[in-house]
Amino acid sequence: MSEGLVHLLQLLVSGVVTGGIYALVAMGFVVVYKATRVINFATGEFMMLGAFFAWTAMGAVQAPFVVALLAAVAASALLGMATERLVLRPLLGQRTISVIMVTIGLAAIFKGLAQIAWSGDYRSYPSIFPRAPIELGPILLPSRQFYPFLIAVAAIALVGLGFRFTRTGVAMRATADDQMAAFGMGIDIRRIFSLSWSLAAMTAAVAGIVVGIIGGISPQLGAIGLRTFPVVILGGLDSIGGALVGGVIIGVLENLAGGYVDPLLDGASLKEVVPFVVLVLTLMVRPYGLFGTREVERL
Amino acid sequence: MTGSPGVEGESRDILSVEGLSLSFGGLAALADVNLSVREGSITGIIGPNGAGKTSLLNCISGFYRPQRGRVTFDGKDVTRVAPDRRAALGIGRTFQNVALFEGMSVLDNVKLGAHARLRSGILSTMAFTPRARREELELREQVENEVFDFLEIEHLRHRTVGSLAYGLQKRVDLARALAMRPRILLLDEPVAGMNEEETEDMARFILDVQEERGVTIVLIEHDMGVVMDLCDRIAVLSFGERIAAGTPDEVRRDPEVIRAYLGEEAA
Repeated sequence: MSEGLVHLLQLLVSGVVTGGIYALVAMGFVVVYKATRVINFATGEFMMLGAFFAWTAMGAVQAPFVVALLAAVAASALLGMATERLVLRPLLGQRTISVIMVTIGLAAIFKGLAQIAWSGDYRSYPSIFPRAPIELGPILLPSRQFYPFLIAVAAIALVGLGFRFTRTGVAMRATADDQMAAFGMGIDIRRIFSLSWSLAAMTAAVAGIVVGIIGGISPQLGAIGLRTFPVVILGGLDSIGGALVGGVIIGVLENLAGGYVDPLLDGASLKEVVPFVVLVLTLMVRPYGLFGTREVERL
Repeated sequence: MTGSPGVEGESRDILSVEGLSLSFGGLAALADVNLSVREGSITGIIGPNGAGKTSLLNCISGFYRPQRGRVTFDGKDVTRVAPDRRAALGIGRTFQNVALFEGMSVLDNVKLGAHARLRSGILSTMAFTPRARREELELREQVENEVFDFLEIEHLRHRTVGSLAYGLQKRVDLARALAMRPRILLLDEPVAGMNEEETEDMARFILDVQEERGVTIVLIEHDMGVVMDLCDRIAVLSFGERIAAGTPDEVRRDPEVIRAYLGEEAA
């Protein structure tokens, strides 16, 4: 195989890996938006807290990784539920802009609390996975990308299947589709809101741990939440499948730009910008995204 | 003969609405409305556009909270009960503009109708416990027999709702409401927008639901032919007030009703 081709394949594979992780982060946005029409700007901070929860569990009580992961997910579920109950529910029926501002405020508060609890230092998980890189034919994948990617894929599959096949998942989809009708069918939509926030916080925790394994943990970890915005907009705010496809497209584009264009740009980086170019183009051409629902306002 | 036939044959009221008032801002949608519905009957609510018919239905199913008055279902005051709890008590409904879950299959829609009756909680459905699975299977079987065969939509079960013709969507809406095994069914314009054949089918299904299932029916409808044919009793609303109530014949002859529909001079 020619060197050029290997280079391309290498970029594509790491693009898919990045994309899988973006997709998982994006699902945190989608789950909440679908059920409650709220864009949760604190998604990144839910990730950051989840990552710290797991780090604490592994450090303080020497819990094995799987136990720490589950504990962090459980703690995040409670945090998500509490956030919905104490912060979001009283705002039900308020203007969208107020709710969005509140989630931005929430992000700042979470970040501040994390500074107090864990300080601003960089931490990393004790080494969890085998160190040997994974060989896929001629392509090498660092182990600290490969295993987190597997975790992300498993989490996405779990949430996707749950939505599709469990009765609660079906009730969540129904509520997203038509709140009035769902209410009239005996679905307790307040409980669905609460479950949606808790599910979103759970996926965010897994995403936070995945990102933490790759790049370390600090109160700034949540910044990736906003970097994922282009993925959510491209895929469609209310589409789980869209998050997946959007994640992979952005991940691949980003890596191609980084591999082919950035070396020519003396210090500047197209890689960093590409996702936001896609964001702007999407909003201009197809504001509801590839798979999102086109909103039809009926008065 | 023992007992008086009048008392024996007289059924009781399953639903009653007393002194119901509802306003949005300064606009009165309902003013001191009374309505009583006998168990097993078909009751029609008619009136010109904007008379408050759908508002009344929404107060009964719990989407609107009236400022004054009381809704009693099966002897129990439900005025302050949330819609999902009322559904669980046996108040089912369909919607004026079909409000099905569009992206889902007919089967999923109808199964959602049965949601309120299921007991296994969220964790057990997620864990696929034997109980949850058993409930799921029973539900499926029951839905097949009671709903799909009954409404003649068995061939549609895997179709996506959004792909069905309007008349069939309305039938699926009815199917979903039936899957709740309601004791009373509120139908908001069940034949609106249907052609003659679809209207006849729907009217027949409504009668079947009442006769074979013993479900009490309250319906809003503009199609006077359907209302007069189906209903045992009719209540007439105009500008938020109940101006008449009685059998179809009584209502048809009521001068107040004629005035509301045809204007002042006609009366």
